[in-house]
Amino acid sequence: MSKKSYIQLQLFASLKKFMPLSADNYAIEPGMTVGALLTQLDVPKTQIKLVFVDGVKVDLATTLAGGERVGIFPPVGGG
Amino acid sequence: MDAEALERILKHAQPKEFPNKTSYNSISVRHISQLSKALSISGREIEIMALEHGVVPERYVRNMKAFSPQNQVALLKARVSIVGLGGLGGAVVEILARIGIGRLNIIDGDSFEESNLNRQFLSTPDRMSTSKAEAAAHRIKAINSALEVNMHARFLDADNSAQLLRDSDVCVDCLDNLKTRLVLERQCKQQGSPLVSAAVAGASGQMTTVFPEDQGLELIYGKEEDMPAKGAEVELGTLPYTVTFLAALQCAEVVKIIQNKSGLLRHKLLVADLDDGVIDILDLC
Repeated sequence: MSKKSYIQLQLFASLKKFMPLSADNYAIEPGMTVGALLTQLDVPKTQIKLVFVDGVKVDLATTLAGGERVGIFPPVGGG
Repeated sequence: MDAEALERILKHAQPKEFPNKTSYNSISVRHISQLSKALSISGREIEIMALEHGVVPERYVRNMKAFSPQNQVALLKARVSIVGLGGLGGAVVEILARIGIGRLNIIDGDSFEESNLNRQFLSTPDRMSTSKAEAAAHRIKAINSALEVNMHARFLDADNSAQLLRDSDVCVDCLDNLKTRLVLERQCKQQGSPLVSAAVAGASGQMTTVFPEDQGLELIYGKEEDMPAKGAEVELGTLPYTVTFLAALQCAEVVKIIQNKSGLLRHKLLVADLDDGVIDILDLC
Protein backbone atom coordinates (compact mmCIF):
# COMPACT_ATOMS: atom_id res chain seq x y z
CA MET A 1 0.00 0.00 0.00
CA SER A 2 1.40 3.40 -0.93
CA LYS A 3 2.01 5.98 1.75
CA LYS A 4 -0.65 8.72 2.06
CA SER A 5 0.16 12.38 1.87
CA TYR A 6 -2.00 15.33 2.79
CA ILE A 7 -3.05 18.57 1.11
CA GLN A 8 -4.94 21.63 2.29
CA LEU A 9 -8.05 21.96 0.17
CA GLN A 10 -10.18 25.03 -0.39
CA LEU A 11 -13.25 25.14 -2.61
CA PHE A 12 -14.73 28.56 -3.30
CA ALA A 13 -18.18 30.04 -3.88
CA SER A 14 -20.68 27.55 -5.33
CA LEU A 15 -18.15 24.69 -5.02
CA LYS A 16 -18.10 24.84 -1.21
CA LYS A 17 -20.80 22.20 -1.06
CA PHE A 18 -18.22 19.72 -2.37
CA MET A 19 -15.77 20.50 0.43
CA PRO A 20 -14.92 17.34 2.41
CA LEU A 21 -14.90 17.52 6.20
CA SER A 22 -11.18 16.79 6.19
CA ALA A 23 -10.41 19.66 3.78
CA ASP A 24 -7.66 21.15 5.98
CA ASN A 25 -5.83 17.83 6.00
CA TYR A 26 -7.10 15.92 2.99
CA ALA A 27 -5.44 12.58 2.25
CA ILE A 28 -4.17 11.91 -1.29
CA GLU A 29 -2.02 9.34 -3.01
CA PRO A 30 1.30 11.08 -3.84
CA GLY A 31 1.55 11.66 -7.58
CA MET A 32 -2.20 12.07 -7.96
CA THR A 33 -3.21 14.59 -10.64
CA VAL A 34 -5.41 17.60 -9.97
CA GLY A 35 -7.94 16.09 -12.40
CA ALA A 36 -8.08 12.85 -10.41
CA LEU A 37 -8.50 14.85 -7.21
CA LEU A 38 -11.51 16.65 -8.70
CA THR A 39 -13.04 13.34 -9.76
CA GLN A 40 -12.49 11.98 -6.25
CA LEU A 41 -14.17 15.06 -4.76
CA ASP A 42 -17.12 14.54 -7.10
CA VAL A 43 -16.96 18.13 -8.39
CA PRO A 44 -18.44 18.32 -11.91
CA LYS A 45 -15.63 19.53 -14.19
CA THR A 46 -18.03 21.84 -16.01
CA GLN A 47 -18.39 23.83 -12.78
CA ILE A 48 -14.64 24.41 -12.39
CA LYS A 49 -12.81 27.33 -13.97
CA LEU A 50 -9.61 27.66 -12.02
CA VAL A 51 -7.35 25.49 -9.90
CA PHE A 52 -4.42 26.95 -7.98
CA VAL A 53 -1.69 24.99 -6.25
CA ASP A 54 0.27 27.00 -3.70
CA GLY A 55 -1.11 30.20 -5.20
CA VAL A 56 -0.22 29.46 -8.82
CA LYS A 57 -2.70 28.56 -11.58
CA VAL A 58 -2.29 24.94 -12.78
CA ASP A 59 -3.97 22.59 -15.24
CA LEU A 60 -5.68 19.28 -14.51
CA ALA A 61 -2.57 17.25 -15.40
CA THR A 62 -0.54 18.80 -12.58
CA THR A 63 0.53 16.21 -10.02
CA LEU A 64 0.36 16.61 -6.27
CA ALA A 65 3.07 15.35 -3.95
CA GLY A 66 1.42 16.24 -0.67
CA GLY A 67 1.87 19.34 1.46
CA GLU A 68 0.32 21.64 -1.15
CA ARG A 69 -2.49 24.16 -0.75
CA VAL A 70 -5.10 23.57 -3.47
CA GLY A 71 -7.78 26.16 -4.33
CA ILE A 72 -10.64 25.36 -6.71
CA PHE A 73 -12.88 28.05 -8.23
CA PRO A 74 -16.06 28.14 -10.32
CA PRO A 75 -16.65 30.88 -12.89
CA VAL A 76 -17.78 34.07 -11.12
CA GLY A 77 -19.46 36.85 -13.08
CA GLY A 78 -21.88 38.82 -10.89
CA GLY A 79 -21.74 42.51 -10.22
CA MET B 1 -8.82 84.30 -18.75
CA ASP B 2 -6.35 81.93 -17.08
CA ALA B 3 -4.57 84.84 -15.44
CA GLU B 4 -7.86 86.18 -14.14
CA ALA B 5 -8.92 82.71 -12.93
CA LEU B 6 -5.61 82.25 -11.13
CA GLU B 7 -5.81 85.69 -9.54
CA ARG B 8 -9.29 84.90 -8.23
CA ILE B 9 -8.26 81.43 -7.00
CA LEU B 10 -5.39 82.97 -5.04
CA LYS B 11 -7.69 85.69 -3.70
CA HIS B 12 -10.08 83.07 -2.27
CA ALA B 13 -7.31 80.81 -0.91
CA GLN B 14 -7.33 80.52 2.88
CA PRO B 15 -4.46 79.26 5.04
CA LYS B 16 -5.44 76.15 6.97
CA GLU B 17 -3.75 73.31 8.86
CA PHE B 18 -3.76 69.55 8.37
CA PRO B 19 -4.58 67.52 11.51
CA ASN B 20 -0.84 67.11 12.07
CA LYS B 21 -0.50 70.94 12.10
CA THR B 22 1.35 71.34 8.78
CA SER B 23 -0.14 74.20 6.82
CA TYR B 24 -1.72 74.47 3.38
CA ASN B 25 -3.75 76.91 1.32
CA SER B 26 -7.37 75.90 0.81
CA ILE B 27 -10.14 76.83 -1.59
CA SER B 28 -13.73 75.90 -0.77
CA VAL B 29 -16.30 74.01 -2.82
CA ARG B 30 -18.44 77.17 -2.85
CA HIS B 31 -15.67 79.37 -4.26
CA ILE B 32 -14.78 76.83 -6.97
CA SER B 33 -18.43 76.71 -8.00
CA GLN B 34 -18.68 80.52 -8.03
CA LEU B 35 -15.52 80.90 -10.13
CA SER B 36 -16.70 78.23 -12.53
CA LYS B 37 -19.95 80.10 -13.16
CA ALA B 38 -18.39 83.57 -13.27
CA LEU B 39 -15.59 82.65 -15.67
CA SER B 40 -17.39 79.92 -17.67
CA ILE B 41 -14.58 77.47 -16.90
CA SER B 42 -15.37 73.95 -15.68
CA GLY B 43 -14.93 73.36 -11.97
CA ARG B 44 -12.51 70.58 -12.81
CA GLU B 45 -10.20 73.00 -14.62
CA ILE B 46 -10.34 75.46 -11.74
CA GLU B 47 -9.45 72.67 -9.31
CA ILE B 48 -6.51 71.68 -11.53
CA MET B 49 -5.32 75.29 -11.74
CA ALA B 50 -5.58 75.66 -7.97
CA LEU B 51 -3.56 72.49 -7.30
CA GLU B 52 -0.91 73.51 -9.82
CA HIS B 53 -0.46 76.79 -7.92
CA GLY B 54 -0.25 75.43 -4.39
CA VAL B 55 -3.93 75.71 -3.44
CA VAL B 56 -5.78 72.59 -2.33
CA PRO B 57 -9.50 72.27 -3.07
CA GLU B 58 -10.79 71.61 0.45
CA ARG B 59 -12.87 68.66 -0.78
CA TYR B 60 -9.64 66.76 -1.56
CA VAL B 61 -7.69 67.73 1.55
CA ARG B 62 -7.96 64.26 3.13
CA ASN B 63 -6.45 62.82 -0.06
CA MET B 64 -3.42 65.05 0.16
CA LYS B 65 -1.35 63.15 2.70
CA ALA B 66 -1.52 60.09 0.43
CA PHE B 67 -1.36 61.94 -2.90
CA SER B 68 0.93 64.72 -4.10
CA PRO B 69 -0.72 67.72 -5.79
CA GLN B 70 0.52 66.21 -9.09
CA ASN B 71 -1.19 62.90 -8.20
CA GLN B 72 -4.47 64.72 -7.59
CA VAL B 73 -4.08 66.69 -10.85
CA ALA B 74 -3.53 63.39 -12.69
CA LEU B 75 -6.85 62.11 -11.31
CA LEU B 76 -8.65 65.31 -12.32
CA LYS B 77 -7.23 65.10 -15.85
CA ALA B 78 -8.14 61.42 -16.25
CA ARG B 79 -11.10 59.97 -18.13
CA VAL B 80 -12.40 56.72 -16.64
CA SER B 81 -15.14 54.58 -18.17
CA ILE B 82 -17.35 52.62 -15.78
CA VAL B 83 -19.22 49.85 -17.58
CA GLY B 84 -22.14 48.47 -15.57
CA LEU B 85 -23.81 50.61 -12.90
CA GLY B 86 -25.20 47.96 -10.57
CA GLY B 87 -23.61 46.72 -7.36
CA LEU B 88 -19.97 47.16 -8.36
CA GLY B 89 -20.59 50.17 -10.61
CA GLY B 90 -22.70 52.11 -8.12
CA ALA B 91 -19.97 51.87 -5.49
CA VAL B 92 -17.20 52.61 -8.02
CA VAL B 93 -19.08 55.75 -9.15
CA GLU B 94 -19.38 56.91 -5.55
CA ILE B 95 -15.69 56.41 -4.75
CA LEU B 96 -14.25 57.75 -8.02
CA ALA B 97 -16.44 60.86 -7.88
CA ARG B 98 -15.37 61.57 -4.31
CA ILE B 99 -11.67 60.95 -4.91
CA GLY B 100 -11.77 63.38 -7.86
CA ILE B 101 -11.58 61.52 -11.16
CA GLY B 102 -12.15 64.47 -13.48
CA ARG B 103 -14.05 62.83 -16.32
CA LEU B 104 -16.38 59.91 -15.75
CA ASN B 105 -17.87 58.04 -18.68
CA ILE B 106 -20.74 55.87 -17.40
CA ILE B 107 -22.43 53.13 -19.38
CA ASP B 108 -25.45 50.95 -18.58
CA GLY B 109 -28.70 50.39 -20.48
CA ASP B 110 -30.47 48.83 -17.50
CA SER B 111 -33.20 50.15 -15.20
CA PHE B 112 -33.61 49.56 -11.48
CA GLU B 113 -35.74 46.79 -10.05
CA GLU B 114 -36.53 45.88 -6.47
CA SER B 115 -34.02 43.02 -6.35
CA ASN B 116 -31.25 45.64 -6.77
CA LEU B 117 -32.05 47.33 -3.46
CA ASN B 118 -29.95 44.97 -1.31
CA ARG B 119 -26.67 46.16 -2.81
CA GLN B 120 -26.87 48.82 -5.51
CA PHE B 121 -26.08 52.18 -3.92
CA LEU B 122 -27.77 54.10 -6.73
CA SER B 123 -31.07 52.24 -6.29
CA THR B 124 -33.93 53.54 -4.13
CA PRO B 125 -37.61 52.56 -4.13
CA ASP B 126 -38.61 55.79 -5.90
CA ARG B 127 -36.23 54.99 -8.79
CA MET B 128 -37.77 51.65 -9.82
CA SER B 129 -37.90 51.21 -13.63
CA THR B 130 -35.72 54.31 -14.15
CA SER B 131 -32.30 54.43 -15.80
CA LYS B 132 -29.22 53.37 -13.83
CA ALA B 133 -27.04 55.61 -16.00
CA GLU B 134 -29.18 58.67 -15.26
CA ALA B 135 -29.11 57.90 -11.54
CA ALA B 136 -25.31 57.62 -11.69
CA ALA B 137 -25.00 60.94 -13.55
CA HIS B 138 -27.18 62.67 -10.93
CA ARG B 139 -25.19 61.12 -8.10
CA ILE B 140 -21.85 62.25 -9.55
CA LYS B 141 -23.11 65.81 -10.04
CA ALA B 142 -24.59 65.83 -6.52
CA ILE B 143 -21.25 64.72 -5.03
CA ASN B 144 -19.02 66.94 -7.16
CA SER B 145 -20.40 69.30 -9.77
CA ALA B 146 -16.84 70.15 -10.84
CA LEU B 147 -16.56 66.78 -12.61
CA GLU B 148 -17.41 66.09 -16.24
CA VAL B 149 -19.88 63.28 -16.85
CA ASN B 150 -20.66 61.46 -20.07
CA MET B 151 -23.70 59.28 -19.64
CA HIS B 152 -24.75 56.46 -21.96
CA ALA B 153 -28.02 54.71 -21.09
CA ARG B 154 -27.12 51.83 -23.41
CA PHE B 155 -25.78 48.33 -23.00
CA LEU B 156 -22.23 47.89 -24.25
CA ASP B 157 -21.93 45.59 -27.26
CA ALA B 158 -19.45 44.80 -30.01
CA ASP B 159 -21.03 47.38 -32.32
CA ASN B 160 -20.98 50.37 -29.96
CA SER B 161 -17.95 49.63 -27.76
CA ALA B 162 -15.43 51.63 -29.82
CA GLN B 163 -17.66 54.70 -29.74
CA LEU B 164 -18.72 54.42 -26.09
CA LEU B 165 -15.24 53.73 -24.69
CA ARG B 166 -13.10 56.04 -26.80
CA ASP B 167 -10.48 58.21 -25.08
CA SER B 168 -10.67 56.19 -21.85
CA ASP B 169 -7.51 56.30 -19.75
CA VAL B 170 -8.84 53.34 -17.75
CA CYS B 171 -11.97 51.17 -18.06
CA VAL B 172 -13.65 49.57 -15.07
CA ASP B 173 -15.50 46.30 -15.62
CA CYS B 174 -18.52 46.32 -13.31
CA LEU B 175 -20.62 44.07 -15.53
CA ASP B 176 -22.84 41.23 -14.35
CA ASN B 177 -22.29 38.70 -17.13
CA LEU B 178 -19.30 36.97 -18.64
CA LYS B 179 -19.84 37.54 -22.37
CA THR B 180 -19.97 41.34 -22.22
CA ARG B 181 -16.80 41.34 -20.15
CA LEU B 182 -15.01 39.89 -23.19
CA VAL B 183 -16.50 42.54 -25.49
CA LEU B 184 -15.19 45.18 -23.09
CA GLU B 185 -11.76 43.57 -22.83
CA ARG B 186 -11.45 43.25 -26.61
CA GLN B 187 -12.17 46.96 -27.08
CA CYS B 188 -9.80 47.94 -24.27
CA LYS B 189 -7.00 45.97 -25.91
CA GLN B 190 -7.79 47.47 -29.28
CA GLN B 191 -7.70 51.07 -28.06
CA GLY B 192 -4.86 50.55 -25.56
CA SER B 193 -6.78 51.14 -22.32
CA PRO B 194 -6.02 49.28 -19.09
CA LEU B 195 -9.01 47.38 -17.69
CA VAL B 196 -9.83 46.73 -14.04
CA SER B 197 -12.21 43.79 -13.78
CA ALA B 198 -14.12 42.41 -10.80
CA ALA B 199 -16.82 39.80 -10.36
CA VAL B 200 -18.85 38.60 -7.41
CA ALA B 201 -20.94 35.62 -6.33
CA GLY B 202 -22.46 35.55 -2.86
CA ALA B 203 -19.73 36.27 -0.31
CA SER B 204 -16.99 35.47 -2.86
CA GLY B 205 -15.37 37.86 -5.28
CA GLN B 206 -12.34 38.32 -7.49
CA MET B 207 -10.46 41.15 -9.14
CA THR B 208 -7.69 41.57 -11.70
CA THR B 209 -6.08 44.25 -13.86
CA VAL B 210 -5.48 43.71 -17.57
CA PHE B 211 -3.18 45.89 -19.66
CA PRO B 212 -3.61 45.79 -23.45
CA GLU B 213 -0.60 43.52 -23.96
CA ASP B 214 -1.63 41.08 -21.20
CA GLN B 215 -3.33 37.76 -21.83
CA GLY B 216 -6.11 38.96 -19.56
CA LEU B 217 -9.51 37.48 -18.81
CA GLU B 218 -8.87 34.34 -20.85
CA LEU B 219 -6.57 33.27 -18.00
CA ILE B 220 -9.57 33.40 -15.67
CA TYR B 221 -12.54 32.39 -17.79
CA GLY B 222 -10.91 30.24 -20.49
CA LYS B 223 -11.84 30.39 -24.16
CA GLU B 224 -14.99 32.26 -25.10
CA GLU B 225 -16.60 29.16 -26.61
CA ASP B 226 -16.25 27.29 -23.28
CA MET B 227 -17.68 30.11 -21.23
CA PRO B 228 -21.14 30.03 -19.63
CA ALA B 229 -23.24 33.24 -19.83
CA LYS B 230 -23.29 33.58 -16.05
CA GLY B 231 -21.28 32.15 -13.19
CA ALA B 232 -21.74 31.02 -9.59
CA GLU B 233 -23.76 34.18 -8.82
CA VAL B 234 -26.80 32.44 -10.32
CA GLU B 235 -26.64 29.98 -7.44
CA LEU B 236 -25.30 32.29 -4.71
CA GLY B 237 -26.83 35.71 -5.40
CA THR B 238 -24.87 38.90 -4.73
CA LEU B 239 -24.20 40.38 -1.30
CA PRO B 240 -23.74 44.10 -0.65
CA TYR B 241 -20.53 43.87 1.36
CA THR B 242 -18.90 41.68 -1.29
CA VAL B 243 -19.66 44.04 -4.19
CA THR B 244 -18.64 47.09 -2.16
CA PHE B 245 -15.39 45.47 -1.06
CA LEU B 246 -14.50 44.48 -4.62
CA ALA B 247 -15.54 47.92 -5.92
CA ALA B 248 -13.19 49.56 -3.42
CA LEU B 249 -10.34 47.32 -4.60
CA GLN B 250 -11.12 48.27 -8.22
CA CYS B 251 -10.94 51.98 -7.35
CA ALA B 252 -7.54 51.54 -5.70
CA GLU B 253 -6.30 49.92 -8.94
CA VAL B 254 -7.75 52.74 -11.07
CA VAL B 255 -6.00 55.37 -8.96
CA LYS B 256 -2.67 53.51 -9.05
CA ILE B 257 -2.88 53.15 -12.85
CA ILE B 258 -3.60 56.86 -13.35
CA GLN B 259 -0.86 57.89 -10.92
CA ASN B 260 1.58 55.45 -12.52
CA LYS B 261 2.18 53.61 -9.26
CA SER B 262 3.36 50.05 -8.71
CA GLY B 263 1.60 47.16 -7.00
CA LEU B 264 -0.98 46.49 -9.71
CA LEU B 265 -2.75 43.12 -9.85
CA ARG B 266 -1.65 42.32 -13.42
CA HIS B 267 -1.38 38.58 -14.16
CA LYS B 268 -2.78 38.05 -10.69
CA LEU B 269 -6.22 37.33 -9.30
CA LEU B 270 -7.20 38.73 -5.93
CA VAL B 271 -9.79 36.38 -4.48
CA ALA B 272 -11.86 37.01 -1.39
CA ASP B 273 -14.27 34.85 0.54
CA LEU B 274 -15.91 37.06 3.11
CA ASP B 275 -17.74 34.14 4.79
CA ASP B 276 -14.43 32.47 5.65
CA GLY B 277 -12.43 35.70 5.98
CA VAL B 278 -9.99 34.52 3.31
CA ILE B 279 -8.25 36.96 0.98
CA ASP B 280 -5.52 35.70 -1.33
CA ILE B 281 -3.57 36.91 -4.35
CA LEU B 282 -2.99 34.14 -6.88
CA ASP B 283 -0.64 33.99 -9.88
CA LEU B 284 -2.49 33.50 -13.16
CA CYS B 285 0.64 32.71 -15.18
